[in-house]
Amino acid sequence: MNAAQHALWEEAAERAGLPRLLRKVIDGERLSGDDGLALAGCEDVNLLGFMANLARERKSGRLAYFVRNQHINYTNICNKDCSFCAFYVRAKDPRGYVLSPEDVRRRAAEQLSEPITEIHMVAGINPRLPYSYYLDIVRAVKETRPSVTVKAYTMIELAEIVRVAKKPREEVFEDLKAAGLGSLPGGGAEVLSERVHAEIFPKKLTPAEWLDWARAAHRAGLRSNCTMLYGHIETPEERNDHLLRVRELQDETGGFLTFIPLAFHPDNTEMEHLPPTTGLMDLQQIALARLMLDNFDHVKSFWIMVTPQISQLALWYGADDIDGTIVREEITHAAGALTPQALTQAELVGMIREAGREPVERDALYNVIWRGAAEGAAA
Amino acid sequence: MTGGNGNLSGNGSGDAAAFDAVAAKVLASERMTGADAAVLFRHPDLPALGQLADRVRRRLHPEPIVTYVVGRNLNYTNVCWVKCKFCAFYRPPGDPEGYVLTRDQIAERIQALVDLGGREVLLQGGVNPQLKLDYYLDLFRFIKSRWNVHLHALSPIEASYIAKISGLTLEAALGRLKEAGMDTLPGAGGEILSDAVREEISPGKDSSDEWLDVMRTCHKMGIRTSATMMYGSVETTDQRIEHLQRIRDLQDETGGFNAFIDWSFVPDATELSHIRRASGFDYLRTTAVARLFLDNVKSLQASWVTQGPKVAQVSLRFGVNDFGSTVLEENVVSAAGGTHRMDLPGMIRLIEEAGFRAVPRDTNYNLLPAPPIEEIKTRWARFAASVHAAPALPGAAGTQ
Repeated sequence: MNAAQHALWEEAAERAGLPRLLRKVIDGERLSGDDGLALAGCEDVNLLGFMANLARERKSGRLAYFVRNQHINYTNICNKDCSFCAFYVRAKDPRGYVLSPEDVRRRAAEQLSEPITEIHMVAGINPRLPYSYYLDIVRAVKETRPSVTVKAYTMIELAEIVRVAKKPREEVFEDLKAAGLGSLPGGGAEVLSERVHAEIFPKKLTPAEWLDWARAAHRAGLRSNCTMLYGHIETPEERNDHLLRVRELQDETGGFLTFIPLAFHPDNTEMEHLPPTTGLMDLQQIALARLMLDNFDHVKSFWIMVTPQISQLALWYGADDIDGTIVREEITHAAGALTPQALTQAELVGMIREAGREPVERDALYNVIWRGAAEGAAA
Repeated sequence: MTGGNGNLSGNGSGDAAAFDAVAAKVLASERMTGADAAVLFRHPDLPALGQLADRVRRRLHPEPIVTYVVGRNLNYTNVCWVKCKFCAFYRPPGDPEGYVLTRDQIAERIQALVDLGGREVLLQGGVNPQLKLDYYLDLFRFIKSRWNVHLHALSPIEASYIAKISGLTLEAALGRLKEAGMDTLPGAGGEILSDAVREEISPGKDSSDEWLDVMRTCHKMGIRTSATMMYGSVETTDQRIEHLQRIRDLQDETGGFNAFIDWSFVPDATELSHIRRASGFDYLRTTAVARLFLDNVKSLQASWVTQGPKVAQVSLRFGVNDFGSTVLEENVVSAAGGTHRMDLPGMIRLIEEAGFRAVPRDTNYNLLPAPPIEEIKTRWARFAASVHAAPALPGAAGTQ
């Protein structure tokens, strides 16, 4: 059965010097750090895609997930000065803003006619915001749209909230949950490398601290995603270590839902001299994540960062999720993203079907909201 | 949930056994039938399609290189009576927005190319009823007398129309154009070589047979050409296959096509704006099928103008061996909607990051020595500065 394709991939693996790894992937064995580095050196993106797709189809079959969501970036004021960020401004900058709980309520009410299931809220670290603010804006969303999952606050924001709360973080997690926090996004992991941390985001959590906060949140019953910002100063070894570190934590807690490689956008940042990521690199990062992270259920290609075109392709290179409708993304667009700021549900379903996958609308926790059939032919 | 099956078959829709039979043909280097192409067009497994196409590419181009040409587009007129529904560039005769570039404007554009070390001038216009054979003969002689450039000029419908309004046979007109300096003819206007499609989207244009006939005549006269396909408008998959079949048949007969270029229709500002823009997925699958089907056309060119840098780079693993022209000024597609821009250092970076050596070529796909990258960067930085400093040229509306 399928002898020709067998021969095709055996031949490709032979040419790439990876026949042993192909066998390991087919057998579903866990890959080592050295395996990860060998894969990172493979220039044959289709071979990587083939292997990643085996792993992907073991997890999700032909399904491809999306969510109807909305982003709210509650403040752009930040004291972390990360050199990869074009979104933040300093405290006294006239462009600075803070959305009041009333503003957040209004934003959440803007699209009441749309059946949104997730509101994604992340922002800068603005030390003037009191503890009550963070609880109030979660409540504001939940009161406006009781059925949505509020997916809010990255690890560094949690650390800031605990700082201003002046109480143990376990108590803060419980307060946030009581206010309506449903899950955590995975942003801010950047690259879990001490060198990269020191160079481009020294004021943020260290890699060990980030992992410690994720561990604590998972233990408190809050599930989170996990990201990796690639395409700036990091090396393939550092990306590989990032994957190994989060895999280890996932073995321990099982709290991560999805892994999301994020493409660095250089425009308007301090690293503007760097070129944007390429299409092959975007697909490679998806494939490597899928192959290495055998204990993650999902790998997402975030179309805002890599274009809808690449996210659609990624459904054959390891991704089983393309995020969502995203009504109004601000952060990547501040860094020159040329992608649209929203896609409709019909556009997402059309992309998935054209790629021969079965669309599944999910909520933030991957509960199935709607499941459509696949289509054989182009939509 | 449908669990993955863990073997090497893939798990997408499409007929796995039929796909494997086509894959077996590719491994055995056998020629593909139209029915085989139809199987591939139904198959969504991109890594497998890409791997097959990449294998054929390696057979035809064993060296790990991707070529490019330093060239520019020169749209000498936008006046056109053909009125294709998919075109947002043309203005009908008498329209106040119609233009014909002056000699000075043409000279400035060619000089900019020469300053970049380039030689390929892709000279293409609308089909302008005011311009007869003498206009072209004078223009070509003027250009050739001043610069050592390669004239990649006109399209089949421009050539046949020039002959017609000048009262000459096609052979006679082409002979005189060649004598005046025309070197090769681009493959534009192929659209889809199926008359049902042409009737619908470009009823004023030449028929499939007429288009192919101009190509045949060129090839017999030693004028090499390229071939294009504009997909993603109203055509069916079968009509795309018909197009590929007709190109392959003519190539069997003449061998005169240097390259094939497929690009997707950009609908936004055209009469067909209700059509959704074709995806990168469709582009890569179509390109892979073209590479597998057109076993007698040596080169496949990336369409970065319509697909953008990311998908164009990925196409290098889907059968494409050439990144095309640096273009400099794109008016036709960009009139229809957002297009992409790229400078040569950016193009070289995409090629090299894909694992290939970037090598310049001439219009006939002969390899040329590559200047040092620092020299290329300096030239292009100078060019970018001059473009920003100069006021917009007439006829450059929509240029990015």
